Amino acid sequence: MFAYYFELALRSLKRSRGLTLLMVLAIGFGVAASMTTYSVFRAVSGDPIPWKSSKLFVPQIDMWGPTGRSPDGEPPNAMDYADAMALMRAHRATYQSALYRISPSVVPADASKHPINVGGHAVYSEFFPMVDMPFKYGNGWTAEDDTQRSAVVVISGKLNDKLFGGENSIGRTINIEGKDYRVVGVTGDWNPQPRYYDISNTGGFNSGSEDVFIPFQRAIAVSMPNDGNTNCNEVPAEPGFVGLQHSSCVWMSFLVQLDDAAAVQAYRQFLDGYAKDQQLAGRFGWAPNNRLRDIPAWLDNQHVVPSDTKVSLLVALGLLVVCLVNTAGLLLAKFLRRSSEIGVRRALGARRSEIYAQFLTEAGMVGAAGGVLGLLLTGVGVASVGWVLPRDIASLARLDLSLLAITLAVAIVATVLAGLYPTFRASRVQPAWQLKSN
Amino acid sequence: MKLHPMIAALRRHKAGVVLIALQIALTLAIVCNAVFIIGQRVSRVNRPTGLDENNLMLVTQSWVGAPSGDQPGDVDKLDSMQQADLAALRAMPDVESVAPINSLPLLNSSWNGSAALKPGVELREGNARTTYYFTDEQAFRTLGLKLVAGRAFTPADVQHRGFRDTSTPPVVIVTKALADKLFPDGTALGKTIFLDGGSSPSTIIGEVDRLQVPGTGSWTNSFTWNATLVPTRLDAGFARYAVRAKPGRLDAVMHAVPQVLYGVNRMRVLDDDSVKPFAQIRQEAYRSDVGMAILMGVVCLILLGVTAAGIVGLTSFWVGQRHRQIGVRRALGARKIDILHYFQMENLLISGVGALIGLGLAIGLNMLLMKHFEMDRLPVLYVLAGIVVVMALGQGAVFAPARRASNVPPVVATRSV
Repeated sequence: MFAYYFELALRSLKRSRGLTLLMVLAIGFGVAASMTTYSVFRAVSGDPIPWKSSKLFVPQIDMWGPTGRSPDGEPPNAMDYADAMALMRAHRATYQSALYRISPSVVPADASKHPINVGGHAVYSEFFPMVDMPFKYGNGWTAEDDTQRSAVVVISGKLNDKLFGGENSIGRTINIEGKDYRVVGVTGDWNPQPRYYDISNTGGFNSGSEDVFIPFQRAIAVSMPNDGNTNCNEVPAEPGFVGLQHSSCVWMSFLVQLDDAAAVQAYRQFLDGYAKDQQLAGRFGWAPNNRLRDIPAWLDNQHVVPSDTKVSLLVALGLLVVCLVNTAGLLLAKFLRRSSEIGVRRALGARRSEIYAQFLTEAGMVGAAGGVLGLLLTGVGVASVGWVLPRDIASLARLDLSLLAITLAVAIVATVLAGLYPTFRASRVQPAWQLKSN
Repeated sequence: MKLHPMIAALRRHKAGVVLIALQIALTLAIVCNAVFIIGQRVSRVNRPTGLDENNLMLVTQSWVGAPSGDQPGDVDKLDSMQQADLAALRAMPDVESVAPINSLPLLNSSWNGSAALKPGVELREGNARTTYYFTDEQAFRTLGLKLVAGRAFTPADVQHRGFRDTSTPPVVIVTKALADKLFPDGTALGKTIFLDGGSSPSTIIGEVDRLQVPGTGSWTNSFTWNATLVPTRLDAGFARYAVRAKPGRLDAVMHAVPQVLYGVNRMRVLDDDSVKPFAQIRQEAYRSDVGMAILMGVVCLILLGVTAAGIVGLTSFWVGQRHRQIGVRRALGARKIDILHYFQMENLLISGVGALIGLGLAIGLNMLLMKHFEMDRLPVLYVLAGIVVVMALGQGAVFAPARRASNVPPVVATRSV
């Protein structure tokens, strides 16, 4: 039966080529615009570490007090040195790490090559298990390396390719800022977007690579400066990087892993207790005002998804709705023009459900054709978002199988929905009236 | 022409009429808001920075294994490295002038603070937020700034200090916007201000007409034009130099700079991003704004196209359906122009209703965008212009089918179908 409806639909669509083309174009453009903006939205609003994001938390401490809070009472979104070190010393979570962004230079062993800048982070050894860092060779460093301030480094596979031609470089040394560091690990593919572990210094999306990780205390000991934002509520009393460490300026991120609700509760209490101690000691002149958010809540709180992305998606969805209304109108015209045909079919014994099947098949075919056009246009759209979006975000939008499937499904389902009312009207055609007027 | 029979006729096509009106309403709502977004972005991108942007470039570089600045003598060592670079760049034949500077407008890397009339005022309660440009006496020539009062920096004004050291400059130059904010009732020239809640005063020796802050995010909207020029070279492991090339020699200078700097000191990092013409900084800063404007433009074009096509399609159907009635009207004495006007009036009526609904939807959508995103109130002018556009679009779309209708010969009335 379906083959018959298919043929009927094909014949009908061929009869009014202009109208058919119009509907296919409308659906195609509408779906493509929505899907292109959706691909960007999906890329920026995804969970960067879905299997674990509810166990990773970002603590915030109100070290600035009322004058430093945002209008809605939020404490700073980064950590100062003193409080970060206190949380590290207390060691109350399963894993925890203070971290800051660094941008040191690496001097190639080949003297004819110029030094290069690499991006990375100074972290504690617990950072690696916390983010489930994949390793191609070797591993992270040990807790002992942390306290010993060992000159060890974890490098990215990309930097390993550049410096060591992709060989297993464990145990070899690289020259960072004029000092030798022993390679203990080479990371595999790891490029979480947004950079959930350091939103305050990356702004979320960052195409810069994570080429080196060195022990936090080592970086502090050699005065490796932070590369990123430094926010101060008061001017540091002392000069230099040491002065920054003694100030209440915030420039670090902090990440902890808490495995269950009880641990979260305990950590909250610990933070409040810590703030209360600081209040008693006279360092904070205000009541505790801490925050502890898991990664999804943190990304939301930090408005990581650019509002332009949401506005574009909204507007594109509006476009799709208009295209569907348009299609509904055209289908209505098309179906009702065939009232006499429907009358004959009904008079010959076709049931309403069969009229439904026939016309929804036709709508579905228009949708499928629109979907195919939409696929092509979505391809063009996704390929050209690089022209209109910031590089960090555009590079994330990808055309994959699931997007293709969604595009086709949206086109067909939407068109069938748009065809529902016209079909309903078609099925209500009175056979007697139609036959008589002929 | 009486509207009554037209409305009676439309009642027989309720669904079609509702769909067209709805489509016009939605189109109007989206197009108004999209065009408003385009207008905002375009005016944002077009605002002048206050720089003479032609022939201007920025060099960003860092030294390998440079002193950290924490040991005694570090700062002087760093400063002599910076001075050597400046001398080498200034000696280049195609270079007009060079100034060390911590950032440039639109670079999105900034040092911000606050200026107050009294000492010790907390940062956040300072009288005005400002960005700082740390530079030297060649800044005016290099950046092409326009001095509107007082004097520019002289070599004697210029100091140097470690990047993270805190000392207050004795003299500063501020933008007119900042001067007016701090001293609304008179000249700022010769007055003293206190920076970042400090206790030692800085004297304002000059005012520049206009200079934008480096940040382009919405968080800088409250102080976009508040800039303070500080005659101080900042000494750190990295340095930025603004370079003005002689007219037409920008490319030549850009190509020559790496070799000149490597010639001074090989142990430094210069990468692909290190030498940039200002045009590129501008392009990168406004990429997302331009992108958003293009995207909204494309959406508007598709919308208007689809809606026009929809009107053509549906009206054509109605014309076909009423073939016989048109023939009858013609046979009864209606002129061609009457038939044409009938369909045009019908469309005017439907688009009018659609535009009215659209007016509400446009304002509603704008309120939604204002509530959830950083969006301003949609000016009524945009909506009125939008109404004119969709009505004109409707008339344009209906013309061809209406013409076809008017060409139906009266003899049709006498034929059976």
